[in-house]
Amino acid sequence: MTVYAGRSRNPLPVSLVQTERGGHAGPMSDAVESDILRDLCTGQNLAVLATGTGTHPYASLVAVALTPDLRHLYFATPRATRKCANLAENSQVALLMDNRTNQVSDFSHAAAATFLGTAEEVTGAERDQGLAIYLARHPHLEEFTAAPSCAFFKVRIDRIYLVTRFQNVMEYHFSP
Amino acid sequence: MNKSCDLVVDLSEVTSADLSRVGGKALSLARVAASGARVPPGVCITTAAYTRYLDLTGIRERLPFLLGRKAFSEMRWEELWDLALRVRNLFVRTPLPDALAEELRKALATRFGWIPVTVRSSAPAEDSSTASFAGLHDSFVNVCGPTAILDKMRLVWASLWSDRALLYRQELGLDPSDSSMAVLIQELIIGRCSGVAFSRCPGRPHLAVIEAVWGLNQGLVDGDVEPDRILFDRLDKIIERHAPQREQACRPVVGGVALQSLSADERGTSPLTDADAARVFSLLRQAEAHFGAPQDMEWTERDGDLFILQSRPITAAGTAAEGDERSWYLSLHKSLATLRNLRRTIEDELLPAMEQDAQRLAAVNLTSLEDEALAAEIQRRSGLLDAWEARYREVCIPMAHGIRLFGQLYNDRLRPEDPFAFLDVLTGDEGLLAVQRNQALQALAEQVRRDPVLADQLRDGCAPAPDTPFARSLRQFTIRFGGLSWVMGTAEDEAQALITLVLEMAKSTPPRHSSDRQAREADYLAAFAPEDHSLARDVLDIGRASYRLRDNDNLFIGKLSARLREAYDEAERRLAQREIAVLAELIAPEKMRVARRTTANPLSFQQPAALPGSRQQARQLVGQPAGPGLAQGRAHVIRRPEDLRTLKSGDILVCDAVDPNMTFVVPLAGGIVERRGGMLIHGAIIAREYGIACVTGVPHAIDLIHSGDRVTVDGYLGLVTIEAHAPGERPAG
Repeated sequence: MTVYAGRSRNPLPVSLVQTERGGHAGPMSDAVESDILRDLCTGQNLAVLATGTGTHPYASLVAVALTPDLRHLYFATPRATRKCANLAENSQVALLMDNRTNQVSDFSHAAAATFLGTAEEVTGAERDQGLAIYLARHPHLEEFTAAPSCAFFKVRIDRIYLVTRFQNVMEYHFSP
Repeated sequence: MNKSCDLVVDLSEVTSADLSRVGGKALSLARVAASGARVPPGVCITTAAYTRYLDLTGIRERLPFLLGRKAFSEMRWEELWDLALRVRNLFVRTPLPDALAEELRKALATRFGWIPVTVRSSAPAEDSSTASFAGLHDSFVNVCGPTAILDKMRLVWASLWSDRALLYRQELGLDPSDSSMAVLIQELIIGRCSGVAFSRCPGRPHLAVIEAVWGLNQGLVDGDVEPDRILFDRLDKIIERHAPQREQACRPVVGGVALQSLSADERGTSPLTDADAARVFSLLRQAEAHFGAPQDMEWTERDGDLFILQSRPITAAGTAAEGDERSWYLSLHKSLATLRNLRRTIEDELLPAMEQDAQRLAAVNLTSLEDEALAAEIQRRSGLLDAWEARYREVCIPMAHGIRLFGQLYNDRLRPEDPFAFLDVLTGDEGLLAVQRNQALQALAEQVRRDPVLADQLRDGCAPAPDTPFARSLRQFTIRFGGLSWVMGTAEDEAQALITLVLEMAKSTPPRHSSDRQAREADYLAAFAPEDHSLARDVLDIGRASYRLRDNDNLFIGKLSARLREAYDEAERRLAQREIAVLAELIAPEKMRVARRTTANPLSFQQPAALPGSRQQARQLVGQPAGPGLAQGRAHVIRRPEDLRTLKSGDILVCDAVDPNMTFVVPLAGGIVERRGGMLIHGAIIAREYGIACVTGVPHAIDLIHSGDRVTVDGYLGLVTIEAHAPGERPAG
């Protein structure tokens, strides 16, 4: 072997230089899942809402806002909509939020969260409280939500399924 | 600018403005040539060709799938190998789009015809004043004809994604997705002698050094040919000469280069006279003056003419201390010749010596030693193990590169859809000690299966009568394989643990071995022309030896560990009876050290309290597909060696890393999930031997999966799905 064979460069990152036998893979470099989830919930304005009655589930895009503890989610909708009619019959909902950019990199970098919960229209003080959170996020929807024909819903979230790295799935179960 | 001009540019026309499309190496050579020095004439295939290839073939979209499975910083070296191999195979299997191929072929045919050329990398980020990519990307020497050139060009492109290059870019904070690659095609100069010249000798920066070998300098840069070394002082005077035992030279052969024996004259003569060395040194000085920085130069000499093959600045990083970890990692890339030597060292020296040491230690009667002597014995055994582990790291790990060398040749020739299909030519090795050990265990299990009375007796906890065939087989097993005490506990309860294991194995028939080794071998050899069969067989032979030794050498280490463990057991036994300071101070830290070798990840993952009031649990985890198959079963998580005892037939074995010394339980497992990643890790090797579904490289596997969980192991896609959590499990959060 010559002095040049394996010409020296910078040392390897610590996590890659562990010895063959034993050792740890090194600290996680990526954000932990719960941080990704929080970023998603605070960064995304829209979610796909799935409601269901009859033979087909029904998907629609809604503007959402979540409470900081991620236990509740709010959305508003005109009363005459199909989703509103569905909710009157079945309050069980699923929502999908994701941060895709319509690029190939989405397959490895995008995260998606599916929320399962129960929706109920809120009124009175509870509505005011929720609306404050909602309008802080979507101030341009003030007129929309103020209309008498607009229903304001709160979803009590039971579970969140977070998908990262294309196939990695983590579940968060909230106690009732 | 017309398209050909966009894709191919003559070296003599390259200017500084072209850096981003011709790369650092091509630009440096063009500048050297412009200064009046001779460089082999040639052209540069620009980065536009690479970009067009990536875009037109869809590779640009496919790469993130390969790269995004795991955080780069979490990958071990085996995983980096795998990643680079997958990427390389993608390039190998994806032909150039017709229009691009035609355009390049035409340009190359016009320029070179059938003249032999070199095909070399020239990445735009390469060889700048702050970063040198020396030795990271591939080069090919003695390539003839446009088709062969274009094939090699794809391999050069792929080397942008080699494990070494990925590592280096990671260090520099460069995103490989943003990197590009130009390819330099130059007429091959068949030099009488060649070498490198370095303005600053590593370790002695006040001196300059020239290294010289007979023939081409490929043998030197690959580390296969020991060069003559000539050191110059600041006054340009030769102050030292070192002559190695000259044996071989790298010379052109059909389709590439090969190491050939030197003539008697060459053996006895330095490739460079003092006068010739002074000419090379003068050339180095010219390059330094031209670039205004110390240089790392490659040169060759033909018919008295000196050619510069490459000249790049010595970067600050290039003077990193000897013995750093990068240097070690890079040194894992071994040539066939080096691997042959390693194999001889391991098979003929290391393993017999380890066996001898283990036997010598086994002969010591520990119970008869005084306390002081026992303490000394523990220290001796510990020191011995440390020394052998150092040798293991130095010699045995690099030997694993033989698997990769074979895999690369296999993939280049057969271009298989599965980049790891080559492993099927390596599996089914009867020389694998782990398999032999498992066969012996199966034979014990078979005795139990055939003898219900014996089975009942053993199940009731009765020891087998000493003179029965079963008892004799049990003793033979312990003698041959050193028992299982290293992972099963103390020698006293090892026998019982072994019987429990055998009883469990007797419940089901053993898994089938993959058996198409011969057919795969025939397919492999059929891909080579008859004149290349010898090389193909040599590489296969090294691949198989490497595969076998990768597992076997650990079992020898295991035997030494067992002897150390035995001494600890004796010390513990005494300490339980009375206080013995000399032993007590040895035990605590050392026990930990031994434990760490066998048990799970010591830095167990603590999932942060994710969301208040929520319970967090994994549903599906992504790893690497390491053993094809789909298995469903109850998870059995190994956190401590003792957990191995309770593995039931069909359980999914979930562990941090399958230690080679615990592979005896693998035939019981329905599937394997491992935190440690890679196709060359022991768990993957043994799973493949038994055709068991296996997913490796699952971060925090033993923390996110719990014993009793119902899981599916998808060894095709590298997924682990937790179908149902064990009752009562309260995952973190």
